[in-house]
Amino acid sequence: MAVSLATLRSNVELALAGRVAAPFTYRDRNILEIVSTGIPAVDSLAAGLPRGALTEIFGPACSGRTSLLFAALASRTAHAEACALIDGCDTFDPHSAEAAGVELKQLLWVRCQNIDQTLRATDLLLQSGGFGFIALDLSDIPLKVLRHVPLDAWFRFRRAVEDTPTVLVVLGEESNAKTCASLVLRLEAGAAHWSTTLENQAADSPRYPFSWLFDGFDVRAEVLRSRVQPVAGGAGFQKKLVSAGACGRSEIFETNAMWGYHTGASVEPKPK
Amino acid sequence: MTQAIARAEPVLRDRAVALTDGIPPLCNVVAANDSALQAGIRWGMSKSQAAQFGAVEIRHRSREQEKAAHAALLDLGWSVSPWIEDTAPDTIVLDLTGLASLFGSEEEIAMELLRRASGLGLAVHVAIASKVDVALHAARGFPGITLIPPGEESKRLSRLPLSALAPAAEILETLERWGVRTCGALAALPVLQLSERLGQEGVRLHKLARGAISRSLVLAGPEMCFEEEMALDYALADLEPLAFLLGRLLDQLCARLAARSLAASAIRLRFDLRDSFEKDFQDLSAPPLPNPPSPIYEKVLGLPVPMQDSKMLLKLLRLQLQSDPPQASIVKIFLAADPARPRATQGGLFFPSSPDPEKLELTVARLANLVGNSNIGSPELVDTHRPGEFRMGRFAPAGDEPHIHRKAAAASAASLGKEARNSPPRRPAAAFRIFRPEFPATVKLCRDFPARIYFHGLSGNVVAASGPWKTSGDWWREDPWQQDEWEVDIRFDSSSGRGERAAANSRAQDGLYRIYYDSVRAGWFVRGRYD
Repeated sequence: MAVSLATLRSNVELALAGRVAAPFTYRDRNILEIVSTGIPAVDSLAAGLPRGALTEIFGPACSGRTSLLFAALASRTAHAEACALIDGCDTFDPHSAEAAGVELKQLLWVRCQNIDQTLRATDLLLQSGGFGFIALDLSDIPLKVLRHVPLDAWFRFRRAVEDTPTVLVVLGEESNAKTCASLVLRLEAGAAHWSTTLENQAADSPRYPFSWLFDGFDVRAEVLRSRVQPVAGGAGFQKKLVSAGACGRSEIFETNAMWGYHTGASVEPKPK
Repeated sequence: MTQAIARAEPVLRDRAVALTDGIPPLCNVVAANDSALQAGIRWGMSKSQAAQFGAVEIRHRSREQEKAAHAALLDLGWSVSPWIEDTAPDTIVLDLTGLASLFGSEEEIAMELLRRASGLGLAVHVAIASKVDVALHAARGFPGITLIPPGEESKRLSRLPLSALAPAAEILETLERWGVRTCGALAALPVLQLSERLGQEGVRLHKLARGAISRSLVLAGPEMCFEEEMALDYALADLEPLAFLLGRLLDQLCARLAARSLAASAIRLRFDLRDSFEKDFQDLSAPPLPNPPSPIYEKVLGLPVPMQDSKMLLKLLRLQLQSDPPQASIVKIFLAADPARPRATQGGLFFPSSPDPEKLELTVARLANLVGNSNIGSPELVDTHRPGEFRMGRFAPAGDEPHIHRKAAAASAASLGKEARNSPPRRPAAAFRIFRPEFPATVKLCRDFPARIYFHGLSGNVVAASGPWKTSGDWWREDPWQQDEWEVDIRFDSSSGRGERAAANSRAQDGLYRIYYDSVRAGWFVRGRYD
C-alpha cells in the first residue's frame, strides 16, 4: 500500500512538473504587509489595508465609501506610490480628491463606460504590476449588472494580486467578491453635521439656509470578514494573515466637508 | 545599391539580385551583386532580358532605401570612431587613432566593425592601413578583412584590379589595351613616360597604385537623423502585414540608435495613402486637379522615457493603429525616431515600487485602446472656477524623482514622529461623486428654498439645506455659467427605489447631495452626492 502511494505521489508530481513546484508540500499563508487607510479609526478597527490581497468596502450610497477611498489614496500617493482608479461609472471628482490630499500626478484614472471595460481594465492593470494601490469603483453600477459578474473574475483578481505589493480595493453597494476578499468592510452613514453662523443655534436650516454650512457626516465602519490581524507585539507595519479575528467590531469616524474647494465665491466680474 | 535592398529584405542576402532603374517600361539593370553577375546579368540589360534569368531576383531601385543604408553605414562608423569621412554612398573611412585601448588590436577592431555591420543589416569589407587611399582601395578590392602594415602598401596593392582605383573610362580602356590590369603592373611602369602619355591623371593613378599618396580625412559632421522609408509594390490595407513591415523598419531604426548609444524619445509615423477606387470613380466627372495631393496619414508616438526595444515600440504602434486606423490602403511607409539619451536610473532599496515606464506605457496604450484616449490619464485641475473643470494629462508617476522620495520620507517621518502621535487626528475629507452628465431635477420651493426634489426616479423632502452659493463666470465666452448651488440633505420617500433598499439605521434613507439652479439653462440639476 505504501509503495503504491509513493508511486501515485511521484506520478502526480511528474504530471504537474513545470506547473506546480511542490504539490504535496504544505504552503503556509503569506504574511501580508499592511498599509494605513489614512483614517486612524479604521486602522484601529481593521489594522489597515493588506498588500497582495483583495479588500472590499461596501455600503449604500452616501455611506462614506469614497471618503475612505480618498483617504487611502491620499496616504499612498503621499508615499510616492503609483495608484490607479478604475472608475466604473465615471463619477470620480478630481477637485474633491485633491482637497482630500490625493496627489493627482500619482493617480492613473481609467474612466470606464460599462462593466466589461471595468473588469478588463482591472485585469490589465493587475497584470502590468508596479502599482502600489489599485481601486476598482463599482459603486454606481446597477446591482443587477454586478450580480452577473462571474465569480471567477474575483478569483482571478485575487490570484493576480497575490504575492505583489499592490493593495486592491473594490468599492460597491454590496459585497461581490465574497470569499476572495481578505478584508471586507461595511460602511453606513451616520448623522450629518451642519454648522451655523447664527447666534441662535436652534434656528432651523430650512428657514435660514444661507446661514448654514454643511460640515461633514459620520460614518460607521464594520469589519465583516478579516484575515488580517496584527502580529502579537508587532510594533511596525508587519501583520500576519490569520483567520477572522476582528469581525463584528465597528468604529465611527467623522468626515470633514472641506469647504475650501467647492464654495469658492471669487468669480469673474459680471458685465455691467 | 544591392546592399540597400538586402538590408530591407534580409532573405535576399544569399540570392542573386539585380536592380533596375528607369520609368517603366524602359527599365534597365543598374546594379547587381556577384551572384547575379556570375549568373550572366550585365549592366544596362533591359528588365525583360534580366527576367529571363530565373534564379535572379529583380527589384526596382529605391533611393529611400539607399539613403537609409548610407545613414546606417555612417552610424556604424560613428559607433566606433568620432572621426569619419563620408567618402561615397557605399564607402566611409574611419580614423582609428587611439581606439586600441577600447577595442584592442586592429584585427579586433575590424572584427568588431564586421559584427556591428551585421547587426545593422550590412555586409561590409574592412581594410586597415596607415594611409587613407590605401585602405579605401583595399576595402573596395579585397573581400573581408584586409590589414596592410606600414611599408607594405605597394606590395599588398599589387594584386588589386585597376578598376578599384576608379580611373576614367578612357584611361582604363587604354591601360587594358596596354595589358595593364593590376595595380602592380601599373606601378611597374616608368612615371615619366606614363605622364607623357596619360598626363597628370596617369601620374596620380601611378601613385595610388604604389600607395604613395598620403592625405588627411575630410571629416563628416555627426548627423542625428534616424529615418527609414519603404515604398510598397502593392498597396496594403490590413494591419497584420503592415505590422510585419513596421517591425522590420523599427528593427533597423533601433539597431541604428543602439549603434549610436541612443534611444527613441518619439516615433514619427507617416503613411502615403492611395486614393480609394470609389473616390476615383466619383471624381471621373470632375475636372482633374493639376497636382492632386496624395492623402497622408501621420501619427506621433510620444514616449515617456527613451526606448530602444523595437518589439515594445511595435506593440505601441499597433495599438495606436488599431484605435485610429488609416482610411485607405498604404503605398509608402516612413518612420523616424527622435533621438535621446537612454534612461539610466538606479532604483533605491527603500523607495516604493513604481511601474516600469516601458511596461506602463504599453499598459496605458492598451487601456486607451479599451476605453478611449480621452478616458485615461492623470487628472489635472484647470485654473478656473467653473464647476467640475479638469483635463486629462499623461500619467507619469514621479516614482524615480528624488524630491518625491524626500516628500515621502518626510511624510513617513511625520506620521511616525512624536508630534504626529500627540496631535489630534485630522478628519478625513467628505468625498464628492459627480454625476456625468448631471441629472435634471424638479425642485419645489418653499419661500425660495428647496423643499422637495424629484430626480432620476427618486423623490424626497429636503430636511436640511445650505445655500444658495452663487457662482458665475466666463461671461465673455459662448458658454458662460451662472449657478445657485445648494447642499441638501434629502430624506427619500419610502416608495422610491432608494427608500425600499434602505436598512433601518439613522440616515439610511437620507442622502447628501449638491444641487444647483442653472440660470443659463433655466433649470435645476443634481451635480452629485457626498459619499
